[in-house]
Amino acid sequence: MAAAVRFFIRGANSRLSVGTGTGGSLGAALLKLSPSCSSRSKTQRRHAAHFTYQPDPVPTQYGETQKMNLFQSITSALDNTLSSDPTAVIFGEDVAFGGVFRCTVGLRDKYGKDRVFNTPLCEQGIVGFGIGAAVAGATAIAEIQFADYIFPAFDQIVNEAAKYRYRSGNLFDCGNLTIRAPWGCVGHGSLYHSQSPEAFFAHCPGIKVVIPRGPMQAKGLLLSCIADRNPCIFFEPKILYRAAVEQVPVESYTIPLSEAEILQEGSDVTLVAWGTQIHVLREVSDMAQEKLGVSCEVIDLKTILPWDVETVCKFQVSNVTLWISKTCTQQRVTCCILGRFAGRQMKTCRTHPIPPLLPGGCWTHPNLFLLPGGCRTHLSPAI
Amino acid sequence: MAAVVVSSMMGKMYGLCFHAVRQTAGLKAPWLLHRRAFRISAVHRQQPFDSSLEKPQFPGASADFVDHLEFIQPNVISGIPVYRVMDRQGNIINPSQDPQLSKETVLNFYQKMTMLNTMDRILYESQRQGRISFYMTNYGEEGTHIGSAAALEPTDMVFGQYREAGVLMYRGFPLDLFMAQCYANADDLGKGRQMPVHYGCKDLNFVTISSPLATQIPQAAGAAYALKRENLNRAVICYFGEGAASEGDAHAGFNFSATLECPLIFFCRNNGYAISTPTNEQYRGDGIAARGPGYGMLSIRVDGNDVFAVYNATKEARRRAVAENQPFLIEAMTYRIGHHSTSDDSSAYRSVDEVNYWDKQDHPISRLRHYMTARGWWSEDDERSWRKQSRKTVMEAFERAERRLKPNPELLFTDVYQEMTPGLSRQRDSMWRHVQQYKEHYPVDQYEKQ
Repeated sequence: MAAAVRFFIRGANSRLSVGTGTGGSLGAALLKLSPSCSSRSKTQRRHAAHFTYQPDPVPTQYGETQKMNLFQSITSALDNTLSSDPTAVIFGEDVAFGGVFRCTVGLRDKYGKDRVFNTPLCEQGIVGFGIGAAVAGATAIAEIQFADYIFPAFDQIVNEAAKYRYRSGNLFDCGNLTIRAPWGCVGHGSLYHSQSPEAFFAHCPGIKVVIPRGPMQAKGLLLSCIADRNPCIFFEPKILYRAAVEQVPVESYTIPLSEAEILQEGSDVTLVAWGTQIHVLREVSDMAQEKLGVSCEVIDLKTILPWDVETVCKFQVSNVTLWISKTCTQQRVTCCILGRFAGRQMKTCRTHPIPPLLPGGCWTHPNLFLLPGGCRTHLSPAI
Repeated sequence: MAAVVVSSMMGKMYGLCFHAVRQTAGLKAPWLLHRRAFRISAVHRQQPFDSSLEKPQFPGASADFVDHLEFIQPNVISGIPVYRVMDRQGNIINPSQDPQLSKETVLNFYQKMTMLNTMDRILYESQRQGRISFYMTNYGEEGTHIGSAAALEPTDMVFGQYREAGVLMYRGFPLDLFMAQCYANADDLGKGRQMPVHYGCKDLNFVTISSPLATQIPQAAGAAYALKRENLNRAVICYFGEGAASEGDAHAGFNFSATLECPLIFFCRNNGYAISTPTNEQYRGDGIAARGPGYGMLSIRVDGNDVFAVYNATKEARRRAVAENQPFLIEAMTYRIGHHSTSDDSSAYRSVDEVNYWDKQDHPISRLRHYMTARGWWSEDDERSWRKQSRKTVMEAFERAERRLKPNPELLFTDVYQEMTPGLSRQRDSMWRHVQQYKEHYPVDQYEKQ
């Protein structure tokens, strides 16, 4: 099942000739001889997700920077943490050899087998173990191999981690726990390598849920999650692991949690998103300006829980449409996030007419098919 | 001397386990018996691959080939034997196993067990009278609590399920704080947030109880790993019932603790029932102890109603867990004499005769009392005056707890996160405005003021 697929993903990067045993070239030879494979027609070409990553400007306030992609920025954050915090440990499936997405490359050799180690294949165990290590005072950084597999750990996250401090009267807490997981669609991941499950956790008081839009944000937000005295879930947009490249500070720095960022000022529509979709929305806002003359404000929420109500609900003018955009396979539960936005709007926007709140994103089925060559985010005709 | 004999006894026990294990799984037993230093083994010790040898080369198991088809028979008729020190009348069977504790220590065991029993009776009754909302008694399992707690260091961390109040009592948790938690009054260390019997105490290293079962098992493995890295001679003990051992979290915790080499004691209280579900509907194998070898864990089954057997097993397990960085599994066989909780009436699923047998003929408190009276350490007069004194102490704590105010309603909103968030702050202000506006409907005077 998933194990086979994980092997396939790893195998794609491997130079081993995994063949029938009679020679790795047999498969290649068969493909060459097959008539239907000789001329690859348009329908057979695989299409990649269509958006352009928009890098952040080079940061100047955190010292020397280096060109890093998203997984390298994660490695850098983890390196900084292991270096400065002797109690920090990183664990999960396959983290020892560097991780299936290369986020922990080199860390075991540098910091030791007792600090960067594999666990058995058991997500409820990974998170439960992480909670216990955090309660005993260690900085525990748990990796779930894909966000799609976080569900066996749902009980430990929601019933245990989130409630540890409250139920014990602040005698015990697992604030030292951070859970990391690759998140979101890549195009070929289908049902079980594409999910964005943040909505399932968005209503669970006691945990924090954070999703970065790129490498520089990711390192700062991850370091904030690790430093934060509450259990945090950090989702990493896997499509950006290699595609997102920018200048990232080499030293440790933090980006505050629960603070949304206005990436672009605008006066007609507010677009709110997180993770990969920020880059889609930046293209959308350019298209809207060019084709419809609509001025869009783009906000990166960054922290889904507890979210920055003040920034999102601040209105410059009275007629503003608030649009929450998601690319995900859980559109139906995204409505819950929308519900919370709507509820908050009703309460805070007393001096303005209530603006329309629109969901944007994918269809309500469990699979995510990206339409090739097109932008699936469309503006409502009401604007 | 006793320790040496105990360890050879353990060796015999292990030998029996090992014999059963050899038939069920190919474990590298000689490797397990060696004293292990702290290390994470990245790769099992493997010989280089050599196909000329007629021995399996698979990375997954070390075993020999066999050329006849035979399924391993699980051994449930005569399974892992039950280690005990005293017979049902409190007489020592094998004098080498008597831990020979001092009179003061043994009297303390007895007084803690009986004080727990008295507190249980009073708090159970208080629930029936509507004074507290809920209660769970520990009748019949006092030996498992006191015997194991006495074998640990005070700095060892305890992860419990919900029927381990005696461990906390042994460590010195005062009656006032037991009562405060059950009454959810302003003295409760947990700030009145949980149902009764969900105790916790940071100073006594007793992690706060939570209602979901078995969630503490993988957490205990993580805590033990962290304590191992600290290298301060601290262990972790994790209690759970035979029912909770069916949860996926139990499997996760066992496997993690063995693979990650954690100094941890798993203590299973097998008391015959998970609410109404008897053990023959909970598992088909030879209880919980038989699962240990499947994970590569040293395991033992003990008579949970024999406080010395529990003490000896826990003491040795603790010593070796820390010295060798490996988990131990102790299955303490006992019987739940009381109902599951005040929400349960066990006459619906078991006979009064069965309960009476355990209450009258195989009770941890009686067995210890016989041991003490045989040595002239406890008389009828001592018993009478202790019963009277302990009852009085419990009643006084009870009355104090009942009179105490409830916690300030501010505490509904704190500790969700370490810091107060703007959202929670708004909700708290909204609550106070509401209560102020409709104060005639809210019993504000029963709650502590700021």
